[in-house]
Amino acid sequence: MHGEEPCYTLGMATTSELKLSVRLFLKAYRWRTNSPIPWTPLKKPLSDCRVAVVSSAGFVPIGSKKFDEEIRGGDSSFRIVPSNTLPTDLADSHRSESFDHTAMEADPDLAFPLTRIRELCEEGFLGEVAPRHLSYMGSITATGPLIRDSAPAGAAQLVLDEVDLVLLVPV
Amino acid sequence: MCNQTVGLIAAEIERQGIPTVAIQLLRSVAEAVKPPRALWVPFAHGYPLHKPGEPELQKAVMRAALKMAENEKLEAGALLDYIPE
Repeated sequence: MHGEEPCYTLGMATTSELKLSVRLFLKAYRWRTNSPIPWTPLKKPLSDCRVAVVSSAGFVPIGSKKFDEEIRGGDSSFRIVPSNTLPTDLADSHRSESFDHTAMEADPDLAFPLTRIRELCEEGFLGEVAPRHLSYMGSITATGPLIRDSAPAGAAQLVLDEVDLVLLVPV
Repeated sequence: MCNQTVGLIAAEIERQGIPTVAIQLLRSVAEAVKPPRALWVPFAHGYPLHKPGEPELQKAVMRAALKMAENEKLEAGALLDYIPE
C-alpha cells in the first residue's frame, strides 16, 4: 500500500450508496439471467492468446458519436476502439450519476484497460492485443435491443478479428 | 446496470465461440445474471480495477480475472471473489 491515499471513493460497491429513486427502481427490477449459460473453453495458453477488452464505461474515442442519454431504456449501441487508442483519446460519455466518474476520467485504464492489456502482452502474460475493442454504455435497463442486436454485432467483430479471449469491465 | 450489461454481452461472445471473463462489482447482480466466468471485486462503483494511477494494482486484478479462463476446474457460471493483496 502507498502512504498517501487520494480522495477517491473506497470500499466495495453496494446498492445502498445509490440514490433513493435508483434503489426503488432496482428493488422492482427483474435482472435478466443467461439461461442456459454458454461456455467456451480457452483453446490455448494465455501467453498465446489474442485478447480484447469490452468495457461498459461509456467511453467514446474523441471525435466519434457520444452515447445518447435520451434513449429510453438506455443506448445499447457500441463504439469500436482501435488498439492504438491512447487513454487521452477516450472521452467519458456515460450518463449514469450512480457512480463516481472522477477516477476513470483521471485514468481511463481503470475502466478501459488498453494500456494494461498492452503491458500484460509485453510482460509475456498474454500473447497479443486484439486490433479492435468495444465500448458500450452500461446503463441499459431495457435489455432487448442489446441481446437481439448490439451484443451479437459486437461479438461478431471480435470473431472476425480472431480474438481468443475477452475481458469485460463494468463501472 | 453496468454489471448486467457486461454479463449479457459476455454470454453472447461465448455463444459465438470466444471465452470471456467479466469483472463484477455487485455480487448479487452477478448471481442473478450469471455471466459465464466472473470475478467479483470488492471495489466501489466507478473503480472496477481497484485504483486510478496504479498500474500494478490494476494488472493484479486483470491477471486474476484472466487466469480464470485457464482454470479447467471451473464450469459455466463460475463466480470467484477477488481478494486484494
